[in-house]
Amino acid sequence: MDKKLIVRGVTRMEFKKFITYLIPWFILLGIGLYAMYLVFRYGLNHTNMDNRFAFGLWIYFDLAIIALGAGAFFTGLLLYVFKRHEFKSVINSAVVIGFICYSGAIAALVVDVGQPLRAWFTLYRPNAHSMLAEVTFCLSLYLTVLAVEYVPIVMKNRKLKQLPSFLVFEFKLHKVMPLLAGVGALLSFFHQGSLGGMFGVLNGQPFAFRETVLVFPSTFFLFVLSAIAAGPSFILLTTWLVSKISGKRLVTKDVLMSLGKISGILLIIYVFFKSIDSLVWLNKTSPAVGFSAADHYGFAPFGIWILSLEIILLGLVPGLILINKKLRARTSWLLTGAVLACAGVALNRFVTTIQTLSLPTLPFADFLTYTPTWEETAIFLMVIAYGVILYSFSFRYLPLFPQERELHTK
Amino acid sequence: MNNRNKVTQDNQKHPRYGMVVDLDKCTGCGACSLACAVENNQQPATPDMTNRTGNTWMRMYKVHNGKPFPDSRAVFVPMFCQQCDDTPCLYVCPQNAVELDPMTGIVAQIPERCFGCRYCMAACPYESRYFNWWDPVWPEGMEKTLNPDVSPRMRGVVEKCNFCHGRWQRARAKAASEGRRELREDEYIPACVECCPTEALTFGNLDDPKSKIAKLVDDPNTFKILGRLGTKPKVYYRTTRSWVRNAVDRNIYSETKETVHG
Repeated sequence: MDKKLIVRGVTRMEFKKFITYLIPWFILLGIGLYAMYLVFRYGLNHTNMDNRFAFGLWIYFDLAIIALGAGAFFTGLLLYVFKRHEFKSVINSAVVIGFICYSGAIAALVVDVGQPLRAWFTLYRPNAHSMLAEVTFCLSLYLTVLAVEYVPIVMKNRKLKQLPSFLVFEFKLHKVMPLLAGVGALLSFFHQGSLGGMFGVLNGQPFAFRETVLVFPSTFFLFVLSAIAAGPSFILLTTWLVSKISGKRLVTKDVLMSLGKISGILLIIYVFFKSIDSLVWLNKTSPAVGFSAADHYGFAPFGIWILSLEIILLGLVPGLILINKKLRARTSWLLTGAVLACAGVALNRFVTTIQTLSLPTLPFADFLTYTPTWEETAIFLMVIAYGVILYSFSFRYLPLFPQERELHTK
Repeated sequence: MNNRNKVTQDNQKHPRYGMVVDLDKCTGCGACSLACAVENNQQPATPDMTNRTGNTWMRMYKVHNGKPFPDSRAVFVPMFCQQCDDTPCLYVCPQNAVELDPMTGIVAQIPERCFGCRYCMAACPYESRYFNWWDPVWPEGMEKTLNPDVSPRMRGVVEKCNFCHGRWQRARAKAASEGRRELREDEYIPACVECCPTEALTFGNLDDPKSKIAKLVDDPNTFKILGRLGTKPKVYYRTTRSWVRNAVDRNIYSETKETVHG
């Protein structure tokens, strides 16, 4: 039965071996589900968050994976709207990764809020001024878009394809793909931005507060830019990683190089605007409310090095590596650039969430630190395990990389 | 003066309640914290709670001048919801669980609407919002001491000082029964103000120029903590000592340590 489900023309490892490889991930999933039970049953006192550190590992993780999952909407936009056909070979994988990132983020959010059963109220009677309401709307709608985009990939399964009605449905879905890609891009633009805006609007937190540009705080645009800069790099990295683990050629190298190039160009643009934003914030926005750079960077371990690291080593450097054609052509440099780009966006989300809360705003409050509990870590790992398992099954039974068959026969 | 700007837009004159904390009078006894907890049915602390996860709407900070003995000095700073007119927590709440009441100027938290995302807590510069990390449990017999005018909050929602809203409603009901729309100045005061032994807390209508609080607010020794953030708090602090002013007003940053009582 298993063999009949595997994509025609490609080979996959033995079923037993496949399950054995997944066992550790299932164990992680199980531990995470137990931790989830504890939090739902006994409350958020099973975390190390507190009245000042109201956000912790989960919110950081949500912001980071949503940024990295931006590759899904951005690749879709490039393929269906800008007609960059070379990305057809990674779009299916990108959609699955996007789906995993977004559904994983929502799963973490459900555990994170105190009364998840009341979350419908945001959709029913939202506060139009709240960035979080915008995030909730766009996230839930975009997850629906991703699910609809996932359906035709599932229907391409060798067995499911044999059902005529599925084939017709899949064909019809394909016709609306450009529209879905457009809607997905619009929704993503808003929620990536709103996640940045969530912190940029906090006029009570001078470390996070930013100047307003066209109604939104500057972090709105910076989050969109950094997400679409790192997204293609993440697709590049996952494709390479899957190729290494499975021992198969999945896409031609020029596709990976194109992804790297787009990432590089966008990173350079991002670094330019991020630098301007940081200068304006440190010299105008923050001093205007009585906070100097020393107030933000005077607490160990969060010195000014963290800003330099984010902008230079994890922004400018990968940007320069990835826009250089010669460097990009070498796999090691291409991968280095992509890893640094993804690390850069992850660090940016860390600074935005964790550093903001650890710095004191009241003149007589302390600098605080926070370490997640095992339950928080287990749920974080559970989401990763869920992603690995879902991706592994998708890779085994669905045509995630259309070029694979061609490259395999070669 | 001092941003005593009005929030109400209609023509009817409503009070705009505020408070002045005299730091020179406060001894840090914590009676205000206790009165607040009793009045507002705050869940009793359990051994698992820390000063970062416990629930006290009125939090006492001890601020030192950072000098060695004999020049060592300390001041107690009661910190609670500053009832901002430009309310950072209100704008961010996705569920409309925070409201600025135009009738009183009081920032209300509606726990029944709150789903515990804690975004408002991240938005509050005064760290004056508290999350119910635990299910509230009253030891046997102690539930008889609960105030019937205030709903206890469930686990997983945010709460904060609301200038004893239950007392305001009781005072209004009493006034209405006597055929009055307006409240007298002494008719509605929060529990912390009522029980402060040194009268360090003054509560009243900021828009009434004849009120005691309005006169105190116009005093040059009265200031707002983090006033430059532009959140327009309605809670003011007062001191004649320059080091205290510098330590809590963010003019000069001095080395301080925080300890929590209550």
